[in-house]
Amino acid sequence: MEYFFQNVLNALQWGSFYALIALGYTLVYGVLSLINFAHGDIFMVGAYVAYFAATMFLGEVGLGPGVTLALIVPLTMLATACVGVALERIAYRPLRRKGAHRLYVVITALMCGLILENGNLALLGASRKSFPELVPTTVYAFAGLSVTNLKLAVIATAVAAFAVLHFIVTKTKIGLAMRGIAWDSFAIPLMGVPPDRIIVFTFILGSGMAGLAGVMFAMAYPVLEPYMGALIGWKAFIAAVIGGIGDIRGAFLGGFLLAFLEIGVAAVFPSTMRDLIAFSVLLVFMWQRPTGVFGVARNQKI
Amino acid sequence: MQKYSLNMAMAAALVGVVALAQVGAIDLYVQSVLMFMAINVIMASSLNLVNGFMGEFSCGHGGFMCVGAYVGSVLSMMLFTDSHLYGAALLPPQWAVALFPLVLLGGGAAAALAGVIVAVPSFKTRGDYLAIITLAVNYIVISAVHNLDIVGGPRGLTGMRPTIMAMGQVVDLPWMMIWVLVGATGCLFIIRRYVNSTYGKGVIAISQDEIAAEIMSVNTNRLKLITFMVSSGLAGVAGALYAHVVGYLNPGAFDILKSTEAMVMVYLGGMGSLSGSVIAAVLFTLLLEVLRPLQIYKWVIVPLILILLMQFRPEGLMGDKELSDIFPRLRKYFTFK
Repeated sequence: MEYFFQNVLNALQWGSFYALIALGYTLVYGVLSLINFAHGDIFMVGAYVAYFAATMFLGEVGLGPGVTLALIVPLTMLATACVGVALERIAYRPLRRKGAHRLYVVITALMCGLILENGNLALLGASRKSFPELVPTTVYAFAGLSVTNLKLAVIATAVAAFAVLHFIVTKTKIGLAMRGIAWDSFAIPLMGVPPDRIIVFTFILGSGMAGLAGVMFAMAYPVLEPYMGALIGWKAFIAAVIGGIGDIRGAFLGGFLLAFLEIGVAAVFPSTMRDLIAFSVLLVFMWQRPTGVFGVARNQKI
Repeated sequence: MQKYSLNMAMAAALVGVVALAQVGAIDLYVQSVLMFMAINVIMASSLNLVNGFMGEFSCGHGGFMCVGAYVGSVLSMMLFTDSHLYGAALLPPQWAVALFPLVLLGGGAAAALAGVIVAVPSFKTRGDYLAIITLAVNYIVISAVHNLDIVGGPRGLTGMRPTIMAMGQVVDLPWMMIWVLVGATGCLFIIRRYVNSTYGKGVIAISQDEIAAEIMSVNTNRLKLITFMVSSGLAGVAGALYAHVVGYLNPGAFDILKSTEAMVMVYLGGMGSLSGSVIAAVLFTLLLEVLRPLQIYKWVIVPLILILLMQFRPEGLMGDKELSDIFPRLRKYFTFK
């Protein structure tokens, strides 16, 4: 029983990472109907930015760990937002202007991710960086369960991020514009909404979430390597698809569903089977219900 | 006679390459580059069948190559070599000279079966979602190989070399070069025949407008199944050849980067152009060799090439034209269509 609850806690933590990254995937897909395959690598960039900022603040500037943490979270989110917007401006927008085939945009997105990964590997080398400890780990034990404060913080952050995003999309004017573009990208500019500005804002939101996930991940698993974003990005994408891509609630729920599935598999089968099971679930899901849990099927007019 | 002159010229060129390799006029490095060129020709043209002619978007081609490579290697080790993994050889190793195509066909058949995993979902899903399915299959294949200890798992697999050695003991020829060239020529032959058949017309109809093709009595599901199987089967043949050329397999060698290479070649050559695929495969292999001193930067430059291609010339070198559309005089010497 204790073992079970311990695994539930682990799954909640993993689910938080997946949900945070899946939110970004879903936002961009909802507005642009573009799968931003570089999103996992934006998460990786976030972890690296957090690492360099933290070592600089702790070492050269000589701040305390608490102040450092308070500084690196907004800094990283800002940096990853810049990366996301840069990708949109350099790679996706010219293609959108030309009215290129969707396929070309998808290929471009995949290639941007590869460039980020391998560029990082080429610039910084393959040596793994270890993230400095900012918050002393305290373990709360009750009823035979042990929870670190970091785990609780990660879960709380994911829930808070989801709440903020949900508020933005459903209650604000810019959220209304985002939903409008998702609904009909042709009519919305005629209503006086600047589509490019909305799209940039979407990228800022999504990439900022990825950056936040990057900081959290680097603190929880303090070993960084250039390819860390690839697999977790894919998993988050699977989560978004399971939830129904283009739906915020779906992404949040899908992240936790996938995490529970993976941790459940790892508890029963050998842990090397995790990826195999995750991708197999994706395959079956795409085959039987491509719209996901919350997604709505769109009929094609002939 | 005049109609077949280009075929004869090609045959003479291939025999010439083998002869040069035999007398040692071209060194081993040039030979290996030529072999990789031929393997890349198979990869590019088979992916072009799905991405170009059928207009679907498959980006997990490396996975099928992986299936073919592993199945082909295991077959070749079981049949012709005494290995510690699979025991004594089932057949006399000297028979490999005649029976080596069995190994290639076995790898191709296994990969074609793996292609069904992609083909069946493609009846219902299209576009982006099908791309995701193919990528997922690529990952599934790799993690399945990782978990299979019988083929070495993450440590990799060696022991295909003795089969080639056994052939060399019967008749001293550059056997691998011969098989690779035969494989590439056969693959091009199959694809050209397939695309220009009635089935191929249906495939091109699917790429134009699937619903319209369905209404005009094209059996889209059947064609998709066959096309995916042909494409992935040929990728499997390429994998089996690759395994015997390199002599060492590792599941990591067939990941998304391998699939990316195949995609770069298809889009560089032009979607729906076989001659474009061949030209692009040759050029791209040369480019990779030129970029080799840059090591890891190579993998920054290759995606960059593809991005620039998508921005400025999305139709690639040839578009959907064959050589005969650009140089009409060539039609006298070869039937392209």
